[in-house]
Amino acid sequence: MMPLKLFTCFMVALFGLSGIVFAESFGADRQSGYALMSKQTQAMQDDPLQNPATFWLLDGQTIWEQKAGKKDVSCAGCHGDAEQSMKGVAASFPKIVNKTLLNLEGRINLCRTEHQQALPFKHESKSQLSIATYVGSQSRGMPIAIEKTPEISPHLEAGQNIFEQRMGQLNLSCAQCHAERAGLKLAGNTIPQAHPTGYPIYRLEWQSVGSLERRLRNCMTGVRAEPFAFDSQEIVDLELYLMWRARGMLVETPAVRP
Amino acid sequence: MTQTSRTLVTMPATAKKGEVIDIRIIVQHDMESGFRHTELGELIPRDIIREFVCTYNGEEIFRADLHPAIAANPMIMFSTIATESGTLEFNWKGDNDYASSTSGKITVT
Repeated sequence: MMPLKLFTCFMVALFGLSGIVFAESFGADRQSGYALMSKQTQAMQDDPLQNPATFWLLDGQTIWEQKAGKKDVSCAGCHGDAEQSMKGVAASFPKIVNKTLLNLEGRINLCRTEHQQALPFKHESKSQLSIATYVGSQSRGMPIAIEKTPEISPHLEAGQNIFEQRMGQLNLSCAQCHAERAGLKLAGNTIPQAHPTGYPIYRLEWQSVGSLERRLRNCMTGVRAEPFAFDSQEIVDLELYLMWRARGMLVETPAVRP
Repeated sequence: MTQTSRTLVTMPATAKKGEVIDIRIIVQHDMESGFRHTELGELIPRDIIREFVCTYNGEEIFRADLHPAIAANPMIMFSTIATESGTLEFNWKGDNDYASSTSGKITVT
């Protein structure tokens, strides 16, 4: 018993000192939430004619081609064919744009306000989810490509701190469930490793497509914490950390999750 | 004003006469139950699809009534016998003058 306890203490000390080691040690056993789903739900994700997110994707394609704003220009007007120009784009977000860390939805809204001179899409509105699903799906099957550059390092560190920070009345951190106890059960469900590979997702519980921000806020409500506001620095930092943690895994957008 | 929405149909393009064919259709709809409230406590009025009808060369072969407890973007699966080449028409009707229709062609040999 004693050596095991000592070993545990040593490991805790080691991981405590270097969170990066902890995250990296996760490496080879990484698994998408897809692997935990029933065969029926997997079939729903795999077949576009069964995946309800296809409706959002098609709506997104319409928005892509629709002229909007004072400039009266469509996304396609500048970017052309999304299948070419948006290939792999979503796999590299969140990203620094004009010295600000933006997620895909934030980047699209920047394009809307600057280049189309239109009103930004509201959070979780059908339009925002549709265009994000359409752009996101152009990276389907490609590896998540977040590189640790000096520019994003502070954000990555901040995101990791949030991931490991206990919060809410239940006093739980993201890591306690999704890193340390991933694969164990929570209320009968297997706890996933929290790799955001398929956002925006069609979540059966939501009966709708939703963004990663919605999912994170959902989790925070679950631990009885006050959710980070949409677009807050904290939530984008956390998104970046999660995407970096899932780097190399394949994009599944639009995924279906229970 | 009539509302409409997108639909997705999965059915075989060809079949042998007398063969049982599976048809699967999804329609885009929120299926707002009428029991939910907004954050401010106001009741969200019911807005659902009420009826689905499928006709095969004009003849009705399948009908379903939909209710408030049915999920958003409802999927309906059913089977029929391929009798002759022609068109299957799918029609949905619902609250607030909602109406959608789509069709699929089948060649029977």
